[in-house]
Amino acid sequence: MSAGARIAALAALAWALGAAAASASQPPIVRPGNEARLSTPELGRELFAANCARCHGPLGQGRFAPSPGIFPNGGQGPPLLGVGRQAADFYLRTGRMPLREPHEQPERTRVELTAREIAALEGYVAALGGGPPIPAPDPARGNLAQGFQLFTEHCAGCHQAVAAGGVVTGARVPPLDQATPTQVAEAVRIGPYVMPSFSRSDISDVQLDSLVRYVEYARRPDDAGGWGIGHLGPFPEGMVTWLIAAVLLVAACVLIGERLRRS
Amino acid sequence: MRSDPLRDPVRFVDERTGAAPFLRKALRYAFPDHWSFLLGEVALYAFVVLVATGIYLTFFFEPSTGQIVYHGPYAPLRGVQMSEAYRSVLDLSTTVKSGLLIRQTHHWAADVFVAAIVIHLLRIFFTGAFRKPRELTYVIGVTLLFTALLEGYLGYSIVDDLLSGMGLAIGNGVALSAPVVGGALGRLLWDGPFPGGPAFEPRMFIAHVLLLPVLLATLIGAHLTLVAARHHTQFRRDARTTERRVVGIPSFPGQAPRSLGLLALVAALLFALGGLVQINPIWLWGPFEPWLGTNGAQPDWYLGWLIGALRLMPGFDVTIGSYTLIPNPFWGGVLFPTVVLVVLLAFPWIERRRSGDRATHNLLDRPRDAPGRTAFGLALLSWVVLIFFAGSADRMTVFFGWNYVTQIWVYRVLVWVVPVVVFFGARRVCRDLRDAERIERVAEATARAPEPGPGGA
Amino acid sequence: MRPRELFVALLAIVGLARRRRRRRERPARVVPPGAPSPRAELAVLALLLVAALCGAGFVVAYFVHPNTQVLGAALAGALAAIGAALVVTAQHLVVTEEVEEDYPTPNPEEQEAVAQIVAESGSRLTRKRLLGAAAGLAGGALGAALIAPAVSFGPLFDSSSMYATPWRRGRRLVDVDGNPLRAEAIDFASFYTAFPEGADRESIAAAVVVVRLPPATLRLPPGREGWAPQGILAYSKICTHAGCAIALYRTPKFAPTQPGPALVCPCHYSTFDPARGAAVEFGPAGRPLPQLPLTIDAAGELRAAGNFSGPVGPAWPGVRSHPAS
Repeated sequence: MSAGARIAALAALAWALGAAAASASQPPIVRPGNEARLSTPELGRELFAANCARCHGPLGQGRFAPSPGIFPNGGQGPPLLGVGRQAADFYLRTGRMPLREPHEQPERTRVELTAREIAALEGYVAALGGGPPIPAPDPARGNLAQGFQLFTEHCAGCHQAVAAGGVVTGARVPPLDQATPTQVAEAVRIGPYVMPSFSRSDISDVQLDSLVRYVEYARRPDDAGGWGIGHLGPFPEGMVTWLIAAVLLVAACVLIGERLRRS
Repeated sequence: MRSDPLRDPVRFVDERTGAAPFLRKALRYAFPDHWSFLLGEVALYAFVVLVATGIYLTFFFEPSTGQIVYHGPYAPLRGVQMSEAYRSVLDLSTTVKSGLLIRQTHHWAADVFVAAIVIHLLRIFFTGAFRKPRELTYVIGVTLLFTALLEGYLGYSIVDDLLSGMGLAIGNGVALSAPVVGGALGRLLWDGPFPGGPAFEPRMFIAHVLLLPVLLATLIGAHLTLVAARHHTQFRRDARTTERRVVGIPSFPGQAPRSLGLLALVAALLFALGGLVQINPIWLWGPFEPWLGTNGAQPDWYLGWLIGALRLMPGFDVTIGSYTLIPNPFWGGVLFPTVVLVVLLAFPWIERRRSGDRATHNLLDRPRDAPGRTAFGLALLSWVVLIFFAGSADRMTVFFGWNYVTQIWVYRVLVWVVPVVVFFGARRVCRDLRDAERIERVAEATARAPEPGPGGA
Repeated sequence: MRPRELFVALLAIVGLARRRRRRRERPARVVPPGAPSPRAELAVLALLLVAALCGAGFVVAYFVHPNTQVLGAALAGALAAIGAALVVTAQHLVVTEEVEEDYPTPNPEEQEAVAQIVAESGSRLTRKRLLGAAAGLAGGALGAALIAPAVSFGPLFDSSSMYATPWRRGRRLVDVDGNPLRAEAIDFASFYTAFPEGADRESIAAAVVVVRLPPATLRLPPGREGWAPQGILAYSKICTHAGCAIALYRTPKFAPTQPGPALVCPCHYSTFDPARGAAVEFGPAGRPLPQLPLTIDAAGELRAAGNFSGPVGPAWPGVRSHPAS
């Protein structure tokens, strides 16, 4: 194997390992056979019992201790009483739930549930104990400058100044380029996984509109300087310096130098 | 007398300066011919672009931390309180017509300047060009490298944006960690505790636009003068290239268009980057406040080795009772770069002692010709490079999903194990390559030698 | 002289003069000649024309459409074309030649002469060592005098500014807009940035991060009973490693499967456990974050109950930064 091929293979392996670690695939959805004939509440109940109860408990009361026999680590999951449509919508629409393993970090994956199934589950979870409805942020009403300030103070430490994602010890912090305004609002209020949650007394609904507006802007910020190279600052800048500029300049030296040997 | 467009100016200048004898020698100065000898020029031309673009920027930059409220064209910052310094760079980037181009070219030139110095230093080191009589040239060069690091750091820190402000906080923490004098040193440089008094911003500014550029220019001048005074080194190419005689292309007309062409191409690349690839978009970070932070904050690439060292250190302060003796940032921020600097500076003399070779050398080694030096250099390089990569472990977590804490532990082991392996491995490879060549030469010689006659030799 | 001999002599003189004139008009070449290359000349002409167009394009764009990318491309194009023209000149329009020179040789006589000049110049000095010591003393004192004003760059000897904080007992906590923090507004699983009311926010000893944890989970160091009313905790927001702001908060929603609460710094990922007095859990920080004792006043607002448990920010040699054991 040539050196170049070896490097490419290593890079692919690294990516695959990482992808495996990030575990971006859901467990297969168990559906009732007669799904089309079920009413929405019935569908919600059936889906919950088949896919969610093993960790969240049959009535959504949560499982605090590991249950041996369910998964290698046992099924454990938080109670869903009172989390409302808001939480169900967030976790289901971003594919964070169902989760493959209780100790995994829930991350955005491809959604395997259909829209009807999601609506059914949302209804079921909402009926479990009430809870907040799906928020309806209006980014057009928000103020971009206020949103930037709020984002920098509350969010940038984990999500990075333009929501390119980041790291906190023990967890990965996702970039927000795929999050819809509703999902951003939901995450702010819920605080999924280890993210802090921000209530109305901390970030009001008006401020939330501004925050969501900024997150939308951050998806394609003002790149007056040209190619934005990921908006990550010196890390990609260093890569351009070495992988583009240094390579071109050394090539220029090779081209210009050594006249005597050539002629 | 007929007027001669060539001879008349030459006569005019020489009669008033006496420069003709010098020019006659200088025009036919021999430049040994190898592409890697142009690398130092790349750094020089990046410096030229830095000075030119830097002068333009000083006509617009406001080195003041006085607070104002922004009312300019960039919407996400309208109504936000910021320093005059940050506002002036925002205006440069949004309002002044070629301001962003010059700003970005200046910053790319800084990154490329240091990269070119490093590549040039690698060439000098692995070919043994630093040996007598060029130790002084080499010491000046290493000093240039570390001065350039400080100059770049100050350059992006005067902007007072969130990213560079976090870097200044760390710089202050590192200054405070200096043994015995750290507290006083931090207070002295910053005019009080962080974020510093009002004099700190102008201090950084004057260091960046006057003191360090003058130092850099002086050192570069001395460096080039010494190179010419001792003449360039050369590779052993044929019977004519010896320790006493240098063979090369004359500076005029041979070398001059090559060097000037390289100047133009370096400048072209830097302006191309400055116009087409965004760098340091400070409007995306926002102004600095001591209570704010952003994830993924990194220094410019040439300080990445320091952030790696700071991140790798386990968490301990050296204390006596409840008194702190050696704060943690000392090891990664002070001791590590000092060790590298001292080893680099002292290396010509270290090598002289180890090899006992005190002779003058004008001919270059190939890396394989000096296994000890090559192995040591590669080991030192692998040490620094691994620590550099450790500094970007959080980006690897984001891109590939690798666990951050695990990476840190892996690097903590690798940075000590890998250089040892590299040292012995590289030394073996060099020796094997040399032995292989010697065997080949002996084989060729015996193949050409006449057959022994009957009766044996 | 006879006329014929005179004529021959005149011819000889004229002939010699002409030969000397010819030698003066045709000296030996320094730079060897080379064959012309019309194609290369054409290429250089074309490249210089391109450079001129790009340069003109830059000027036009500057006034008509000063877009950074257009300006950069135009200027880079002009420089690249000039560079290419010079390289073509170097490769094809300049003769290829090699020259040889001697490397510089050592100058032992000059070295000796320099040393001799200096040595002989001291013939009138009898107390060289004493004079040298005195010169050193004078120079050293002058050097100290020249350096002395530098100690005014900052408070060199007075470290009290490093210990000063704007917090006092009874001072109210306010948010970044100046609104007081109410205890009931401090939610679990959230974090808040607070400042002392009316004080300079830029000081690193000002900003604190406020979180609420279930009181039963707190294991604060001894002596801090009552520092966290209702489980509300306040720690300095400035990392004790190198001074960045603690801008990350990790807070689990389900303790059995998620990592515990932690305040984390984005610079080097120092991780502090707020339940245990911000003890260092991971990362290079050498000491916990200083804690600010809190009380809740009659109006339900948070106030400081005293000053920090230790110096704020990164440590420096000699500071009493670790809790007295």
